[in-house]
Amino acid sequence: MNIYSQISANKTKTWLIVVLFVLFITTVIFIYGKSSGYGLSYVGIGLVISGAMTFASYYYSDKMILGMSGAKQIAKRDNPQLFRIVENLCIGSGIPMPRIYIINDSAINAFATGRDPKHSVVCVTTGILDRLNKVELEGVIAHELSHVRNYDIRLMSIVVILVGLVALLADFFMRSLWYGGNRRSRENSNAQSVFLVIGIILAILSPIIATLIQLAVSRKREFLADASGALLTRYPEGLASALEKISHDKEPLEAANNATAHLYISNPFKDKITGSWFANLFNTHPPIEERIKILRSM
Amino acid sequence: MDINLILIIAVVLVVLFVWFTYNALATGKVRIKEAFSGIDVQLKRRIELVPNLIESVKGYAKHEKELLENVTKARSSLMRAGTTQEKAQSDNMLSSALKSLFAISENYPDLKASKNFLQLQEELSDIEAKIAYARQFFNTNVSSYNSTLVNFPGSLIGGIFGFKEEEFFEAEDEERKSVKVKF
Repeated sequence: MNIYSQISANKTKTWLIVVLFVLFITTVIFIYGKSSGYGLSYVGIGLVISGAMTFASYYYSDKMILGMSGAKQIAKRDNPQLFRIVENLCIGSGIPMPRIYIINDSAINAFATGRDPKHSVVCVTTGILDRLNKVELEGVIAHELSHVRNYDIRLMSIVVILVGLVALLADFFMRSLWYGGNRRSRENSNAQSVFLVIGIILAILSPIIATLIQLAVSRKREFLADASGALLTRYPEGLASALEKISHDKEPLEAANNATAHLYISNPFKDKITGSWFANLFNTHPPIEERIKILRSM
Repeated sequence: MDINLILIIAVVLVVLFVWFTYNALATGKVRIKEAFSGIDVQLKRRIELVPNLIESVKGYAKHEKELLENVTKARSSLMRAGTTQEKAQSDNMLSSALKSLFAISENYPDLKASKNFLQLQEELSDIEAKIAYARQFFNTNVSSYNSTLVNFPGSLIGGIFGFKEEEFFEAEDEERKSVKVKF
């Protein structure tokens, strides 16, 4: 499988995920509609709102993420060495030059975002610039640019938006039960109470399910980006030793939050990874030791 | 089942098959061309910078005539080069000529202290890195195209439409030849 078929597989996967999510959201709204007694007009309104929000966030996701992380754009004269590394690796992978942002934080981390290679952003912390040497930094940037080239950035921003939407809808539903649900509940109350139970269970479970899908997608993408990043620099050891430094560093990144955690090259919270399958389900990133092991075996 | 229907389906399938394989090969060729222009941009930048470098070295190290001549020669052969192979060859020559020039500059403290020289040196070594990456990208595209061309459906369609294997951007053992030591 060459890199172009990887990319087109990834684009297909993005569409598949979007379709699945739309089906999932429609079902959820249908059940909410039935159980709250507002009927199916709810579904229509819900879909229009969710469609508009998805569309808007697709175009503004990078700005929102950068705003949330407190990142600042830099120009070539601010850090020519970093720019040269990015330029060279862009030439090597055949993508246009992304915009470069810096987060002023001594934690070692980096991420890429945007919707396609023409509208992409690579963001690094000042900590990573201070503490990694050139080869390690090259490995990290190559990993991030692989996210850009493989269209992971688009996949991940869409997934994040859809997950957020599911959570929003569940919240919406719970509130509507609280305030207005009782008015019409006298008519055909038997079927409705069944739907009510399903609705409540769904409202609790759906954000969790959606998050698990997101995390599974995110973990898979990390391995692929490691591999194609290593292919780009032809030197897996650079990224491996960068990851090692990152894993030894105990400092969490203050600018990261739950919504942006999956974007970074490694988990910004520095939680302990226990290794049990259940705990791993909730990780945004595969265990760093495993990634290092795979890189070293290349 | 109707024989005609089967025939029609078979013909449609064959046409689709030829169509997609042809497109894959044509896209591959376009990508190779694009990747090559990526190399060319850097080669041109290099050609433009070399005269400045020679000027700034001349002021400090007049005696390194031979080295400077080598660089000039390599530069003009790169300018004349037409095919991929020729470009790769003369680019390699220029690289090694520049390398020895930079090595000798260690002997001239004044030259090494010159801001102009340092800037040129930095820029040229950056271009060298960029050429290496552009070459890597080009060769990846060539190898992906060539492998489509020699494997089954591609080999058939490629033969019919006259697609040919593309050359990699690499010098023909130039480096190894020049290192040979005679006793």
